[in-house]
Amino acid sequence: METKNIMIVGVGGQGTLLTSRILGALTIQAGYDVKLSEVHGMAQRGGSVVTFVRYGDKVNEPIVEEGQADVLIAFEKLEALRYVHFLKANGAIVVNDQRIDPMPVVIGDAEYPPNILEELSKIHRVFKVNAIEEAKKLGNSRVFNVIVLGIAAQHMEFSKDEWLSVIEKTVPPKTIEINKKAFEVGYNL
Amino acid sequence: MLGNEAFARGAYEAGCKVSAAYPGTPSTEISENIVKYDEINSEWSPNEKVAMEVAIGASIIGVRALASMKHVGLNVAADPLFTASYIGVTGGLVIIVADDPGLYSSQNEQDTRAVARAAKIPVIEPADSNEAKEFTKFAFELSEKYDTPVIVRSTTRLSHSQGLVELNDRLEIEDKPYVRNAAKNVMMPGNAKNRHLAVESREIALINDSCDFPINTVEYNDRKIGVITSGIPYQYVKEALPEASVLKLGIVNPLPRKLIEEFASKVDKLYIVEELDPIIEEQVKSWGIKAVGKEILTVQGEYSANMLRRAIKGEEISVKAPTQVPNRPPILCPGCPHRSVFTVLKKLKLRAAGDIGCYTLGAVAPLSVVDTTICMGASISSLHGMEKARGKEYIKDWVAVIGDSTFLHTGVNSLMNMVYNKGTGTVLILDNSTTGMTGHQDHAATGRTLKGEATHMIDLEKLCLAIGVPNVYVINAFDTKKLEGTIKEAVAMDEIAVIIAQAPCALLDKSPISTQYVIDQDICRKCGQCMKPGCPAITKKENGDILINDTICNGCGLCATLCRFDSIKSVKLR
Repeated sequence: METKNIMIVGVGGQGTLLTSRILGALTIQAGYDVKLSEVHGMAQRGGSVVTFVRYGDKVNEPIVEEGQADVLIAFEKLEALRYVHFLKANGAIVVNDQRIDPMPVVIGDAEYPPNILEELSKIHRVFKVNAIEEAKKLGNSRVFNVIVLGIAAQHMEFSKDEWLSVIEKTVPPKTIEINKKAFEVGYNL
Repeated sequence: MLGNEAFARGAYEAGCKVSAAYPGTPSTEISENIVKYDEINSEWSPNEKVAMEVAIGASIIGVRALASMKHVGLNVAADPLFTASYIGVTGGLVIIVADDPGLYSSQNEQDTRAVARAAKIPVIEPADSNEAKEFTKFAFELSEKYDTPVIVRSTTRLSHSQGLVELNDRLEIEDKPYVRNAAKNVMMPGNAKNRHLAVESREIALINDSCDFPINTVEYNDRKIGVITSGIPYQYVKEALPEASVLKLGIVNPLPRKLIEEFASKVDKLYIVEELDPIIEEQVKSWGIKAVGKEILTVQGEYSANMLRRAIKGEEISVKAPTQVPNRPPILCPGCPHRSVFTVLKKLKLRAAGDIGCYTLGAVAPLSVVDTTICMGASISSLHGMEKARGKEYIKDWVAVIGDSTFLHTGVNSLMNMVYNKGTGTVLILDNSTTGMTGHQDHAATGRTLKGEATHMIDLEKLCLAIGVPNVYVINAFDTKKLEGTIKEAVAMDEIAVIIAQAPCALLDKSPISTQYVIDQDICRKCGQCMKPGCPAITKKENGDILINDTICNGCGLCATLCRFDSIKSVKLR
């Protein structure tokens, strides 16, 4: 199998790390060779965060480069736009319809780009969701990231049961039920 | 398994019994995983020098021991390291050092191999998680066989990448008997002279023997292009040049010279692919071997497969240009107590000599309070240097800002110096009860060990008083009024003052948020006062309305204390 390249991008603190670990554990369970690259430390403090998951028969390089990503999972709109050039021509974007102003925008040094989702839709298949709203309905806005993952899962080759069993093993024990529910919401949207 | 988890597993399987470290990205998770193994006595040290010495002590009496740190931590530990090289080991002594090409979370991009060369210590370099585990085990064997500490070098990309790892059982290594041997263990000049001879013959033995080490691998394919590489760059070589012949070095100091010469003689064109400094390249070229390296590759940042395709194969890879979008630099979290302190410093128009930690972000707009950041502990001592250079009046608009963990790391020495040498500076200890930036590790003033056991908690206030600081204040970091008054008074005094601004890191409390704040638009005058601290939850709409984002606000209430019109109200959530 040709190596599949997934990128998960967002703002530090949105849970890109946990999401990539769920995906990584899933691909390992499915018997692939897997490399997963994470970001820790200062970059996690509210900055732009990107993690890579690569899986296939044999994976060397742990990072995804420009023009190579099959799927871009974005927890924030501006971050989707920042990394869209990493997508393959036929790649898909799953994006959380949320705006978080970066500090240059907050202090008036820069402008938040308008119409991001419309612009992205012109060049790629875009699956958008207001995952925060959906997560609030579940009573915990923090699980929005797993809702977004559920939508991405619709376009991947793994069964729902495989996903749910991995979520059970990967997330903190107290949050298993709410995360499974969140996944189902995304998977069925 | 994460690279760092694999290093920990390697130490476990190697029969390691003692581990010490100070947290530092990208090395922190090594200790956080070692603590899972009850067989290893593991602890956080106040700094890397202490960690190294704890490991050396364990080694001297015959037990396998590990110290782990980031690249700049090795500078702090350099003193014991260089002499441990002379003493050698009884039980295996391994030091895992993680470099940070690309500076994801560091103040410089130094290359550990250069330090190891100076200290004449062998360096082993794995290229994926499985090797991280296996090479760590090999390092312990090497250490005992050649009577030397061994450095295992990692990089951010290895430490923070996950790959598959095959697990083995732990080796049951018997403790070696301690034999008193002053000639080897007491490094005074007469003894050290002889030990230097031993170090030099060890180097010669390693240069020869390492040619047969199983951690070096040669893959002959098409011989038109040959590549010498090691560590993570090997992965980029395999991805970009699958047809090339490759010599992958597992040991990068000292270099296995005959192995390299043989490989070089069998390929038409030789490339050397190594991130950061040309350590391999300069040595290989000094032997009269023709090779291409930094002429076409950079000494900065991380490599990638595409970089090699372009530089070595001359391929034109057309990629779309990135969209021009606003940057998103790291910022202090919503509810961060540092933001409150910096807001006060900004109001008072004070400059801060900064230090290493989340509060380095006080240098970034809109706070822009921190003027300098050098290394762990340097805030207090560099402020003292400024005073000695220009006098006490000159530093009346300066303070030193340092975190609790960094203060105990090396800041306390600087404060002793300030007291001893009659300084008058004002020092703010931002005490958030944790080592924040690296992901919340305990330290000597949190009352918990790495293993999570309760322990003695160093009282920072008493410590400062014991050193002889005449004025010590402990203030809630969110009490902006009291902070303002005290800081004003402190900088005006001709005496040292330490202000301990206390409030736990906003990320420590994982319970659901119980209070948030909203702006009453009828009262708000849109003056923007609440936006000055740069809280990510507060944004201004195009029509000028200022809003608090309820998915980001964590209810610290700093904004409410700043509003002069009382327009920011708290809302109880549950």
